[in-house]
Amino acid sequence: MGTPPELVAADTGAALRAQEPRSLLRFITCGAVDDGKSTLIGRLLYESRMIYDDQLTQLAADSKRLGTRGGELDFALLVDGLAAEREQGITIDVAYRFFSTRRRKFIVADTPGHEQYTRNMVTGASTAELAVILIDARKGVLTQTRRHSFLVQLLGIARVVLAVNKMDLVGYSRARFEAIVADYRDFAARINLSDITPIPVCAVHGDNIIQPGAAMPWYSGPTLLEQLESVEIDAGIGARAFRMPVQWVNRPNAEFRGFAGQIVSGSVKPGDRIRALPSGRESRVGRIVTADGDLQRAVAGQSVTLLFDSEIDISRGDLIAGGDSPPQVADQFEATVVWLHDEPMLQGRTYLMKAGTRTVSATVTPLKHKINVNTLEHLPAERLELNDIGVCELELDRAIPFEPYTENRALGGFILIDRLTNNTVGAGLINFALRRSQNVHWQVLDVDKQLRARQKGQRACVLWLTGLSGAGKSTIANRIEKKLALAGRHTYLLDGDNVRHGLNKDLGFTAQDRVENIRRVAEVSRLMVDAGLIVLVSFISPFRSERRMARALFAPGEFFEVFIDTPLAEAERRDTKGLYRKARRGELKNFTGIDSPYEAPENPEIRIDTTTVGPEEAAERVIAHLAALKVTGST
Amino acid sequence: MNRAVPASEAPERAAAAAPASLTHLQRLEAESIHILREVVAECERPVMLYSVGKDSAVMLHLAVKAFYPALPPFPLLHVDTTWKFRAMYEFRDTTARRLGMQLLVHVNEEGLRLGIGPFTHGSQMHTDVMKTQALRQALDKYGFDAAFGGARRDEEQSRAKERVFSLRSVQHRWDPRQQRPELWALYNARKRPGESLRVFPLSNWTELDVWQYIWLEQIPIVPLYFAAPRPVVERDGTLIMVDDARLPLRPGETPMLKTVRFRTLGCYPLTGAIESNADTVPAILQEMLLARTSERQGRVIDHDAAASMEKKKQEGYF
Ligand SMILES: Nc1nc2c(ncn2[C@@H]2O[C@H](COP(=O)(O)OP(=O)(O)O)[C@@H](O)[C@H]2O)c(=O)[nH]1
Repeated sequence: MGTPPELVAADTGAALRAQEPRSLLRFITCGAVDDGKSTLIGRLLYESRMIYDDQLTQLAADSKRLGTRGGELDFALLVDGLAAEREQGITIDVAYRFFSTRRRKFIVADTPGHEQYTRNMVTGASTAELAVILIDARKGVLTQTRRHSFLVQLLGIARVVLAVNKMDLVGYSRARFEAIVADYRDFAARINLSDITPIPVCAVHGDNIIQPGAAMPWYSGPTLLEQLESVEIDAGIGARAFRMPVQWVNRPNAEFRGFAGQIVSGSVKPGDRIRALPSGRESRVGRIVTADGDLQRAVAGQSVTLLFDSEIDISRGDLIAGGDSPPQVADQFEATVVWLHDEPMLQGRTYLMKAGTRTVSATVTPLKHKINVNTLEHLPAERLELNDIGVCELELDRAIPFEPYTENRALGGFILIDRLTNNTVGAGLINFALRRSQNVHWQVLDVDKQLRARQKGQRACVLWLTGLSGAGKSTIANRIEKKLALAGRHTYLLDGDNVRHGLNKDLGFTAQDRVENIRRVAEVSRLMVDAGLIVLVSFISPFRSERRMARALFAPGEFFEVFIDTPLAEAERRDTKGLYRKARRGELKNFTGIDSPYEAPENPEIRIDTTTVGPEEAAERVIAHLAALKVTGST
Repeated sequence: MNRAVPASEAPERAAAAAPASLTHLQRLEAESIHILREVVAECERPVMLYSVGKDSAVMLHLAVKAFYPALPPFPLLHVDTTWKFRAMYEFRDTTARRLGMQLLVHVNEEGLRLGIGPFTHGSQMHTDVMKTQALRQALDKYGFDAAFGGARRDEEQSRAKERVFSLRSVQHRWDPRQQRPELWALYNARKRPGESLRVFPLSNWTELDVWQYIWLEQIPIVPLYFAAPRPVVERDGTLIMVDDARLPLRPGETPMLKTVRFRTLGCYPLTGAIESNADTVPAILQEMLLARTSERQGRVIDHDAAASMEKKKQEGYF
């Protein structure tokens, strides 16, 4: 198996030596369904002897039974293990294939060409250094070709092999090939793809795959494999500034404090001046420790452990950078986001963002537009659905060191994780930092929240009442406020209906607007808590995710979620405002409980079951809860 | 692996490799180390599933490198079916002692009590009870939230699409619909209480890479991988080693001494030997370069038609 026969020297030592200095190329293949992608990959595997006899016997049998080549070997079957899985409804995004020649080992990201293509292709492209874009010579450049090329460019793959396949079906015509290439170059120039190597191939017969095709004497360029073997890998990444995200702090004993990570660009040697970010503290490299002995120099791609000359406070998630050219640090970005999940991305929602070895919270502030991947048009949008690509602004809870994706894939690429389900829901590329994030500093004021609250003889906090429409939130909130006011406390009540008449009158009831509604109210209550008030919020606030976002704005112990628990049937029976009747008649869209979900709190601080507890008792219970925690007592 | 790339004898190749570029094994090594460290940094209680085979040997070697000079901050777990080759037990204990790492051995006592074995109950049942169920028991018993496994994507078609970080439900099930996309080197290790991760640091290695790395790094492996005269019987076209007295001989079967080695190691009654004279790593590599059958052919378990790999994986088999 394994490698072409020239490698199999009589002398095993020679075989081993020839094996040793191979390099590694990761590439992705893209093509529309039936362009011949599977056939091409199958042939590469076969011709580079990655297929064993037992697999070949199986292939011969399968070819007779299932093949499309009239009983001849159908190489597509070698890699079509995915078809059956698709039928079973299994998510297939990317399958990885391996083959090697005496010069290189190759890892191929093979993505099925069907639905969810954007998500799959982006996943496969994120680690690829080259893309093979397939075109059916009969069909020429299709919308799909353009889409694939755009994604390839977006993900920062600079090198493209344009494999014009099925040349046998166009009479091996040079004119046809050249017309397709010209057409493609035209488009590629528009999206700044310039490093393109076009190759006319016939995947079923093998022409120009490994060996030059006798049928196309007019073609004198490299075969596909020659191109894959000779293309330069990751040129320049080692020459750039030194960057290493810290993965893990290695402290086996009091004397040793090493910082472990994988170098993502540049190189490092003992004595180099470095800076740790975001803190900005500086030191010098003392040793580069590996289990094979200390190194005199380490380069991009290597996983190492660094020791510094001076004691310096660094933890996981920090970035070690060359001292002369540290990257920027910012907490607001413009980013391009590819959505990977069924649950859409909403403006105003907060996600976890993993960038490098650091995980922070990121809130989607405006979504500027989405991109039609077929036409490259910008379209206005309020949400991103699965496979959408959009440009948005992100606001982080902490500043992070970064570089734009186009300059450094490792420091500009990130994933978004849903805070509830922990699913990876989005992939993003940082375009640039927003200027305001670098210039606006928090004003640290002398008079602070504690002082303001103390003047009022209370601790500031927010009581967040959530529940269905008609659950009794407003009634209970009113009673609570009255009791607090009578006891001399300083309060304010934010009521859903009232706020919608003023601050939020531009918002409707779609999911996005509901998210924004809550975001504004949460921010307003934060200001009021800062002013030292006890704030009552009486909002349906149906989504867990937004209530969490609200909670995250406050210090521990400041936020009390009060679940006014009234079953839907009961709320609908009361129907104090007649809204349920309207909703049932279809006159009100997106009504919570009817055609928009209510996600009940899982762990509210206080739960009031209104089927057993009246408003007066409910208010008393809430006040007792606060008193027990000395929130309302004077300090 | 940080040894210098030797100057190549072929001038064209020397020109192709820029001085600073890493070899494929150096890149694979660095990637695996990155994966190992991510898990240790993000999970509470990781464990390494140590199956005593060559892939485990490589994975363990990488772990030692990843955390050097500290010891890998997790124990080794061997799920013992009680039917492994004797040489494997010996090697396992020596290895743990040599490295000074904690070794946990787990046997499905219930299965043992019921006398489950490959001969009495068939390979499928044996594997399910003594391996798959036993693994789940062990993970629950110790509360591990992440387990490293030595599986490679090149081993088998259904593994080609397996993630590096694979999420398992509270019941240890693999839900193919719930697997997370993996982009760049950004692995998502978040999970809810009770859920766990299986992590495969060798995902992108091939069998050839593993052997080359063993050779270059001089990694100790179980002697069964090297050819030696061993008592075997031929059964259904497979050479089975008579490792102990538990192998019931069929009428007409007498053990014969043959010079054989193993390409993979598992339960001895389920692992086929191949006739070979390769008694060094270079000789094995040489044989591999000429070999015409795949590694999994020696695994009797794969021939068990009823149990597809996919199904086994969903149930928690590696
Ligand atoms: N005539 C001809 N047919 C081809 C060529 N390459 C692929 N095919 C056929 O095109 C069909 C689709 O190929 P396949 O590899 O499955 O396409 P995929 O969907 O892109 O993976 C199959 O019937 C192949 O045999 C080629 O170069 N010439």
